[in-house]
Amino acid sequence: MIELIDLSLLLFLAVIAVTVARLHNLFAVVLVMGFYSLVCAALFTVLDAVDVAFTEAAVGAGISTVVMLGTLLLTTSEEKPQPFRVVPLVVVLVTGAMLIFATLDMPHYGDPEAPIHQHVAPRYIQDSRREVGVPNIVTSVLASYRGFDTLGETTVIFAAGIGVLLMIGQALRFRDSGKDGDA
Amino acid sequence: MSHHIILRVITKLFIPFILLFALYVQFHGDFGPGGGFQAGVIFAAAFVLYGLVFGVEAAKRIAHPSLLQWAVAVGLLLYAGTGAAGILLGGNFLDYGVLDSHDPVHGQHLGILLVELGVGMTVASVMITTFLCFAGRQPSP
Repeated sequence: MIELIDLSLLLFLAVIAVTVARLHNLFAVVLVMGFYSLVCAALFTVLDAVDVAFTEAAVGAGISTVVMLGTLLLTTSEEKPQPFRVVPLVVVLVTGAMLIFATLDMPHYGDPEAPIHQHVAPRYIQDSRREVGVPNIVTSVLASYRGFDTLGETTVIFAAGIGVLLMIGQALRFRDSGKDGDA
Repeated sequence: MSHHIILRVITKLFIPFILLFALYVQFHGDFGPGGGFQAGVIFAAAFVLYGLVFGVEAAKRIAHPSLLQWAVAVGLLLYAGTGAAGILLGGNFLDYGVLDSHDPVHGQHLGILLVELGVGMTVASVMITTFLCFAGRQPSP
């Protein structure tokens, strides 16, 4: 049963990806990409990665769709017709074939003997309850064991926000009040 | 969108629940899925919805830009400050165990709460700022 769900979700992803590549109306592309994120979130849920699914649904399907739509307002929503080119198609096919070839070497999904489950994961699972004491191990790994990583991620988001403010921050000024100073 | 009355009424009904759900995800992240990042994005989504329906200028009056710019920095400072507090209390950077002198597990709880709050503040304010900046631009003539 779970294989059927996996298969149909992956099929959905493939169909959506091809649709995005073939569409020329950018407005439709943005909406279909949002749907792609939503299907990804469903896949993450099936893989028991609920925290990741949460983020994907909120950021991928929600915020980034809105930001892309806001950007489309400033440009045209119709893609210029491109002539068919062989080299990009070959590059995509070769890269895809290499990626599929690389997965043949990977351990099976959920294999307890996989290297990723042999390193620090057993310690997190066994000692998190006693050392950190929060029931959600994902939270204890993210915020406590890997606190440095999360600090780095937050700094990246901070830097992104500062970058947006520096480049197009003047859009934050109030337009109707006529004064431009404190914003 | 001043004439879409159904959209406006439903939006007004939805926004408190979105904000409440964001706070639930923020403070319940220790027990269920979620945490500062997800909560920040959901919190921002409420403001984005408000901005989409009632206009960017109205959203700016609620999420004041100067307040947003402070929140972007204060969130990260709260995170780094929690880490620095660990050093001041005799531990390592980001070692929450020393935050409570009696029980290291309580210190861990407090540290995670503060750190997630910092992440949530920064993420929410960066997302709202990004939306307001992108949506507030006018097409160049």
